[in-house]
Amino acid sequence: MSSIAHELAKKQKEISVSEFFEKNKQILGFDSLTRALITSVKEAVDNSLDACEDASVLPELIIKVEKVENNEYRVTVEDNGPGIVKKQVPNVFARLLYGSRFHTRSQRRGQQGIGVSAVVMYGQLTTGKAATVRSKISDEDVAYECDLILDTKKNRPDIIKEDFVIWDRVHGTSFQIHVKGKYITGKQSIFEYLKGVAIVNPHAKITFVPPEGNTVVFERATEQMPPPTKEIKPHPEGVELGELLSMAKYTESLKMTSFLNNEFSRISYRVAREICELAGVAPDARPDKLSLEEAGAILEAIKKVKIMAPETDCLSPIGETLIRKGLKNVLGGLTPEFYAPPVTREPKVFGGNPFVVEVGIVYGGELNREEPIQILRFANRVPLMYQQGACAITQAIQTVDWRRYGLEQRGGQGIPYGPAIVLVHVASTKIPYTSESKEAVANIPEIKEEIELALKHCARRLKTHLNKAAKKGKAKVKFEIVQDIIPMIAEKSAKIVGKPVPDIAGTITKIMNVVWIDDSVTFEKKKHHVSVKIYNYTPKSQALHLHMLVPYDKVDQKSLEVKPIEVREGNKVTWDLKRISSTEVYELAFDLVGVPQEQYDDNEVYVSHIDPASVIGVEVLPGDWDLEHLKITEEGPEETMDEGEEGEVDYDEVAEVVKNEE
Amino acid sequence: MKNNERNLRAVDRLTDLAGEVYDQIDSGKIPKMMIPLRTKGNIRFDPKSNVWKYGKAMGARTAKKLTGAQMLLRTMYMLEFIEDMIKDSKSSTLREMYYISEGWAKAKFSTQDESNMLAEDLEIITTCMREDFKLRPEEDGARVIGNVTIQEMDRKGKKKKINCRDDVGDSGYGMPYNVEKEKIQFVDCDADFLIAIETGGMFDRLVENKFDEDAHAIIVHLKGQPARSTRRFIKRLNEEMKLPVCTFTDGDPWSFRIHASLAYGAIKTAHLSEFLATPTAEFIGITASDILNYELPTDKLSDKDIQALNAEKTDPRFNDEFWKHEIDLMLEINKKAEQQALAKYGLDYVTDKYLPEKLTEMGIIK
Repeated sequence: MSSIAHELAKKQKEISVSEFFEKNKQILGFDSLTRALITSVKEAVDNSLDACEDASVLPELIIKVEKVENNEYRVTVEDNGPGIVKKQVPNVFARLLYGSRFHTRSQRRGQQGIGVSAVVMYGQLTTGKAATVRSKISDEDVAYECDLILDTKKNRPDIIKEDFVIWDRVHGTSFQIHVKGKYITGKQSIFEYLKGVAIVNPHAKITFVPPEGNTVVFERATEQMPPPTKEIKPHPEGVELGELLSMAKYTESLKMTSFLNNEFSRISYRVAREICELAGVAPDARPDKLSLEEAGAILEAIKKVKIMAPETDCLSPIGETLIRKGLKNVLGGLTPEFYAPPVTREPKVFGGNPFVVEVGIVYGGELNREEPIQILRFANRVPLMYQQGACAITQAIQTVDWRRYGLEQRGGQGIPYGPAIVLVHVASTKIPYTSESKEAVANIPEIKEEIELALKHCARRLKTHLNKAAKKGKAKVKFEIVQDIIPMIAEKSAKIVGKPVPDIAGTITKIMNVVWIDDSVTFEKKKHHVSVKIYNYTPKSQALHLHMLVPYDKVDQKSLEVKPIEVREGNKVTWDLKRISSTEVYELAFDLVGVPQEQYDDNEVYVSHIDPASVIGVEVLPGDWDLEHLKITEEGPEETMDEGEEGEVDYDEVAEVVKNEE
Repeated sequence: MKNNERNLRAVDRLTDLAGEVYDQIDSGKIPKMMIPLRTKGNIRFDPKSNVWKYGKAMGARTAKKLTGAQMLLRTMYMLEFIEDMIKDSKSSTLREMYYISEGWAKAKFSTQDESNMLAEDLEIITTCMREDFKLRPEEDGARVIGNVTIQEMDRKGKKKKINCRDDVGDSGYGMPYNVEKEKIQFVDCDADFLIAIETGGMFDRLVENKFDEDAHAIIVHLKGQPARSTRRFIKRLNEEMKLPVCTFTDGDPWSFRIHASLAYGAIKTAHLSEFLATPTAEFIGITASDILNYELPTDKLSDKDIQALNAEKTDPRFNDEFWKHEIDLMLEINKKAEQQALAKYGLDYVTDKYLPEKLTEMGIIK
């Protein structure tokens, strides 16, 4: 009988581990076949990117998904990371809750040490096949390769087969797994996920080989590694009871005060003594003997004692330049109208954890106008694919009144409509997820508020652009009138009355009465062609200084007819245009040679030495050019086009369409 | 078609118009044309002719605005086109002119409504009629049945006498687009009144029931909003043959407007009201009161209907007790009815009961 009981007990244990997995499929990210496949890729990619960054290697990842049969896929993720020493390979890949970062605080992709081992377990549960890991460190000549399964009874790796093999990589790791899954394209697909990864990791080169075989490469947009993230000790404000107890149990410190001082940030010995005093715990008590009550008292005491805010220089935001580059890189063929300069906020703190929020907005052009905006959510440089509605990022977007910033939104809340992509990145030493599957940022008031502020800040930049575009559009309409329509009216009326075509200059300057500046840049044959056209639509001749921000050493001097009167700091170029007659069109043009296309895609043109109110199409010179003898006008050019004479009704505007009436 | 004096006068007027624009540009001004506003706010009752005409409010069409500039350019093209037609003794339909504008580059019309409206603008500015511009509508005129004899000059220049009861089939006599004296003359008429019907179904019902003979009536089919020629034809019969006129339409806001344009003058063509409107015409129905009194089958008013009724409340043409009452009542009951809804009581009900009752009430028949 007893042997039967033992057998049963064994089975019970086995059941409990698979049951655990079964029950927690959803929070682990394996609740559907589609999602299971993405999670498998995701966990392996997170590991690879973290490994590369730890070793300061520019990541090069190859992700391959192959269809084996019906619902079975083989996923291979290969990186050029530092590799893993032989002894650690089994633990890293086939042991739950094993990892170096369980107790440390730094901005990492992986946080809990469940990730890739859960994938291994999911693979073996659904296909019965082992995972294959190959890894090579630069010290070794050969790579170590092994087939692993996870012993669900003991939570220990089981090495089924191991060998040393020749691998042409200097160092790196390859992880291969068979999983049951479903491969899809479109929204929430592996492709979209990797695209997201490429946006927020512009320093990574990512190659994706999908089952259907058309390899996609997300090229590296920058050679610049993100600054290494610093590990910090937990700040006392964010510590929970259980965490405090387990830290106290495993600490090497022998006294309470040194435990508090060593294991937490911002606790000096003085503060530690203060805490112990307030909590009624002896300063030299042994931490491993800490009782539940005492731990509670210490937490209470921490709240009362003045402790410095946690340090924030441990975070690594992506930064404005790289967000812009990343977004550009993945938009591929789509040309948007405008990249709002991204916003990276100052770090803030929630519950003892520093965090930082970044926002980027892409607008217009070929983006879809009819649909809700596209939201790209990221946490610690990981794209979030699921549970959009539950995420603080989405909720913050829904709270902002986007109508004020030029997007459509019913009732001023909810996800706005329009041709826009909104990117939000939250980086923290501890991202508060809504669940273990790390798909949604929890709605922490401090975080949501920061996201809202960042969104509004970036949206204001969008609005500024839209206002400018609207102004230009208005000027363009006038341009069409004077450039195309008036000459035709003059010609036709002359023909009807049988007189010579009249001079239209007077009419034109009356309609416009501005200097209109229109600039363009085109890229062809590895050259940027820059053109600035100045239309003098005022009744008198005009003189002005034209300023541009261009890398002057890259200007093809042969293409430049009029030389500037000044070049400052290598790129602040000033031309003195002495005389442009009434109704004359003056063109300043030149080529740039040897500048990468994306590095110069928009002209920055300014004017001075002219009444700003009479210029349309460019901005007045900003203060940081600080030219001598120049009064800086803060006001932008005013609308000068007078609309109708006093009290005159526009016939075509009031004309009612009286339908159903002859 | 040969030119007459009116055509030559039109050329002079149009050339003057181009000359004004030319002079404005030549003297460095922004070209501009002043045109009476064609809105319901700018129609005034003319006690002399008893119809509604444009008031004094003017609007500017100026090249300062894109639309204005475009319309001025179109005007120049249209002037040239009309003058060329007159020179070549040609004519065109409004639709043809719309298609001709395909070749006018930036002056091209985007809808035929636009080109029709501009032709009307030119009528107003020059005080000519579009016939003087050699422009004619493509719409066919309405149908007439009843004992009236007309003499039409046919396309070969032959005078033809037609009795609109005996010489035509059941679809009646079809009006040409030109119903002026040189084309049509009334020879004889034996009828007590003229009844203008909105829908073809009701026209045919009256014809089948021999209402023209029984009630001694001329029946005219308006085909919805009546064309200029239809209105002109009715006005001439009214004036020359001393024939009382009444309108019989559906019971909805749009039908009220049909009567208004026939009797009071249309907003869009108020410059021609004196010429087209029949101020003595009476509205038979269907009224909102009829809907209640005759317990007619109805439809609910749509949002557009309600909008139209509310617009009519500020339309000076409807500013009398009868219309105020009917419009408010219709809004109140929130219902409209078609004239054919009378068939609820049988096919003969309209001719045996409804029309005799209403016409007697109005004193049109005794």
